[in-house]
Amino acid sequence: MSNFNIMEDKLSNAQIAWRAAQDIDDGSYVNLGIGFPEMIAKFQPEGRDVTYHTENGVLGFGKAPAEGEEDWDLINAGKKAITLNPGASFFHHADSFAMVRGGHLDLAVLGAYQVAPNGDLANWRVGSKGVPAVGGAMDLVHGAKRVAVVTDHITKKGEPKLVEQCTFPLTGVGCVTRVYTSLAVLDVSEGKFILREKLPAISMDELQAVTGATLHIDGDVADLTVPENLK
Amino acid sequence: MDKTISSVAEAVADIPDDADVMIGGFGGSGAPIELIHALIDRFRATGSPKNLTVINNNAGNGFIGIAAMIKAGMVKKMVCSFPRSSNAEAFNEKFLAGEIELDLVPQGTLAERIRAAGAGIPAFYTPTSFGTELAEGKPTEEFDGKMYVRERWLKADFALIKGEKGDVVGNMTYRMAARNFNPLMAMAAEKTIAQVAELVETRSIDPQQVVTPGIFVDAIVQVSEPEQEEVLVRTGVVY
Repeated sequence: MSNFNIMEDKLSNAQIAWRAAQDIDDGSYVNLGIGFPEMIAKFQPEGRDVTYHTENGVLGFGKAPAEGEEDWDLINAGKKAITLNPGASFFHHADSFAMVRGGHLDLAVLGAYQVAPNGDLANWRVGSKGVPAVGGAMDLVHGAKRVAVVTDHITKKGEPKLVEQCTFPLTGVGCVTRVYTSLAVLDVSEGKFILREKLPAISMDELQAVTGATLHIDGDVADLTVPENLK
Repeated sequence: MDKTISSVAEAVADIPDDADVMIGGFGGSGAPIELIHALIDRFRATGSPKNLTVINNNAGNGFIGIAAMIKAGMVKKMVCSFPRSSNAEAFNEKFLAGEIELDLVPQGTLAERIRAAGAGIPAFYTPTSFGTELAEGKPTEEFDGKMYVRERWLKADFALIKGEKGDVVGNMTYRMAARNFNPLMAMAAEKTIAQVAELVETRSIDPQQVVTPGIFVDAIVQVSEPEQEEVLVRTGVVY
């Protein structure tokens, strides 16, 4: 038995975001979901030219402005102030979602409550209580060439987020192509989770035990290694 | 032709009870705050317009704009994609008390339904929401091996929109990301009422800069130095 302690040894959100950022291709158009996925932009590797899309009608936005320098006509889908990179453009909402559904984005990254091996994603509500809100999530899961998820491997209560079948309301069916978790990197293909990387300290059995669906191996499983102390 | 109206009060004077009203903006960017507040003033003074159906991406923030309309009790239904914002107490309270209806529409579908209405296309197919609870009861069809959901156009009686520059025939430009739903709603309503920060003489906007051609705009009013919703919310302003 190893001494793997999941709550202490798992990756932080920043580390998951860093790992996802390594797979963003040079020259790609990318939409990062509100919240956790937004963090990925910070870790975009040097030398790659990436154009970020936001649903409310901006391509080519950059970092947040300094406090006090916000222009509230220049915001992202999370309603946070942004700045523009050279070559940016504005457009209305129908054009913005044409970019999404029309298959023009290379990558969309979203958060998740649950992901299933058939590519189903649940990320917009956990039950029927409260005020429902869907935003652009149901659109974003369709059309991008790759739809990736960044998520903790398990919930705060320790329940698996990778499950045989989603029990929470679906955002989209058969849409996820890759999952970056706090323990592993998996491809979603032909109805299976295919393990590509895992933390070196966790054994296969331990990883399977905290995963609610069967992990498949197809070729090498690489070590998932990320820098320490990322913020 | 002159579509100029001299005040926001006059611009919203003929919106009746039970009207469907599209309101431009995404969060605070592009929200026609002064037109909305003029509508609230009228409601407070006359009790009308009431029982409105409001179409917007959100359901109001803080205590101004759409949130203030909801709080005032003018709105019977919201059609939107994301009512649950960080300062959406006005909507949340009424919704959880069962005092306001919600028609939740995915954001891209909302935009395209509005665009389709403006373009005379009664229905279209989209992959969005297929297999989810938001597609329940809607016709589906397979095209080239993939499943799609049929969505209907979304029209309105009135649209309240906000632009940067406008001229007397209704040609308009927008400021940065404040464009969002505004050009779409301008097309989809029976009557479109626009507020612009700068109202200029005809033929002084470069035709190459026009985003909304005047054919989509029925009334235009100047509101120089318009309030910015985000600033009002952050400073806790109550309307």
